[in-house]
Amino acid sequence: MTGRSLLTVGRFHASLTAILLVASVATSARAEEGPQRVVAAGGSAAEIVYALGQGDRLIARDTTSSYPEAVLALPDVGYVRQLSPENLIAMDPDLILAEHDAGPPETIEILTHAGVPMVTLPQALTPADVLAKIAATAEALGVPEAGAALAEKTSADFDAAAAAAASMPARPRVLFVLSLQGGRILAAGDDTSAAAMIGLAGGVNAVEGLSGYKPLTDEAAIAAAPDVILAMDRGGDLEVEASELVAQPALALTPAGQAGLVIRMDGLYLLGFGPRTGAAALELNAALRAAVEEKG
Amino acid sequence: MVALDCPRLEGGRDHQARLTCCALAVALAVTMLMSLSHGASGVSLWSLTLGDAMPARDRLILWEIRLPRMLTGILVGASLAMAGAVMQGLFRNPLADPGLVGVGAGAGLGAVLAIVLGGMAPLWLGAALGYHLVPVAAFLGGWLSTLLLYRVATRSGRTSVATMLLAGIALGALAGAVTGVLVYIADDRQLRDLTFWGLGSLGGASWPKLMAAGPVMILALVAAPFLARGLNGLALGEAAAHHIGLPVQRVKTVAILTVAAATGAAVAVAGGIGFIGIVVPHLLRLATGPDHRFLLINAGLAGAILLLLADLIARSIIAPAELPIGIVTATLGAPVFLWILLRRRGVVDL
Repeated sequence: MTGRSLLTVGRFHASLTAILLVASVATSARAEEGPQRVVAAGGSAAEIVYALGQGDRLIARDTTSSYPEAVLALPDVGYVRQLSPENLIAMDPDLILAEHDAGPPETIEILTHAGVPMVTLPQALTPADVLAKIAATAEALGVPEAGAALAEKTSADFDAAAAAAASMPARPRVLFVLSLQGGRILAAGDDTSAAAMIGLAGGVNAVEGLSGYKPLTDEAAIAAAPDVILAMDRGGDLEVEASELVAQPALALTPAGQAGLVIRMDGLYLLGFGPRTGAAALELNAALRAAVEEKG
Repeated sequence: MVALDCPRLEGGRDHQARLTCCALAVALAVTMLMSLSHGASGVSLWSLTLGDAMPARDRLILWEIRLPRMLTGILVGASLAMAGAVMQGLFRNPLADPGLVGVGAGAGLGAVLAIVLGGMAPLWLGAALGYHLVPVAAFLGGWLSTLLLYRVATRSGRTSVATMLLAGIALGALAGAVTGVLVYIADDRQLRDLTFWGLGSLGGASWPKLMAAGPVMILALVAAPFLARGLNGLALGEAAAHHIGLPVQRVKTVAILTVAAATGAAVAVAGGIGFIGIVVPHLLRLATGPDHRFLLINAGLAGAILLLLADLIARSIIAPAELPIGIVTATLGAPVFLWILLRRRGVVDL
């Protein structure tokens, strides 16, 4: 068994060069139409493909892709960092659109070996990154015009949000609560998409000096003194009731708790950093503005 | 107990154990073929018989994905089960598993360190190891913690297994605490990586990984059966084993190092796969008796079969996605084990 396998592995490497040659020729020949069997690995990848009007080219998505709803009907290839090489090759894709953290690296290596065309999208935490992501996706799909149009629209959304944020009379302190398990606050610190979003909308992240999503002690929550509490609005375990938030003993003592100011937005819309992010920032800004006025 | 069995009965059990060994070998061969010829892509082994007509893509799936994965599965399953059998014999305790010598805790800590702090590794280290950083760290972590425990438990040339067990619990708690700190500073992505690592998977199997970890596991698998007589003797108790002329200390040293090597390498390539190390040896003890001369080899064969079958399910049940294999081994294995215990109430012996 082993002797034979070693021989065949040798033969395999010879044939590998042939596959790669064939693959590159095939890709350039099809460049006019672009890939037709696309797998989206990462929530924002699928979202951008749909926003470009190319949703019908998708044949599969990963677990983190959940917007728009149509994407849920596609087969699920698993969690974006636990992709299985054989199962992906079996889908026979002519493009894998992967977010920057798709993996594991062994799978990516085998897919590259197998000559499956793959485009890795840049990580996005700023408006410029989002535009770069849109451009990369549009180029990979061979639809530069649609890409330019979407980039323009997204850019305009970001500009509107930036203008709205700049004209805020005061910058409210915002506490993002990811979950409230057993009354313990899991809050967003620096380097999170929630903190970036609060900044885009003209607020100030109330938690400073913590990196990532971290449990917050009651005293730290009081010291953070948020004017507004921000939470995700979606089904399942992560749903935090507004009444539950202001009833939490520590949060009840903060300005936000006393005024009952809780803003809730859809998780992927709020934190996804895709084409809808400019609009989400504008919406969050409006909500913050209303909250500040109500309080003032 | 083993040496006290009456000759006639022992002869009967020997025969049965040999038959079981042959049956397991045949079953393993069948499982290997199944593992090679099943997968999401529908490529079948039978197309190989058509010779060179096989498309390049199918060839790639067979030789670069399924074959290394199957070989890794055999070695990991056999290592875990055989290491479990050795540990239960050494500690004379049905609850012993490879984790007792600190391999599990140490390897887990190594993996967590690499996942969370891997980004801070010196550039030359990152460049040399790349994504092999996690397996290498897991192996080193497992190995170092075993050596530490062995040192703690050895006084004037004599290793106390009881001290080792207690020190192992202390070391496990310490490793758990450090892991907790790392979990606290980890970001969301790293947390998900940690969770998946703990559930195990053969998904990352590749030739380079197999070439690195395979020899260590093979060495341990070849060495373990030589411990059989020593472990049989130890079943009488250390003093008695010493009096019948067994090199007790040497058996202990070799057993501990073998288990650390086998488990360390297995955990490094496949992550934390529980259950096999504890259940497979017990099933075989129930079936063919506690004689280590057969138990060790049979446990290795049965462990390999079980892990290959579990992997077959893990990669096809929710295709195109893949289930962590630890979930499959525990979900399938635990009820079967409970059922066997219920049927043969109270006859679990070492």
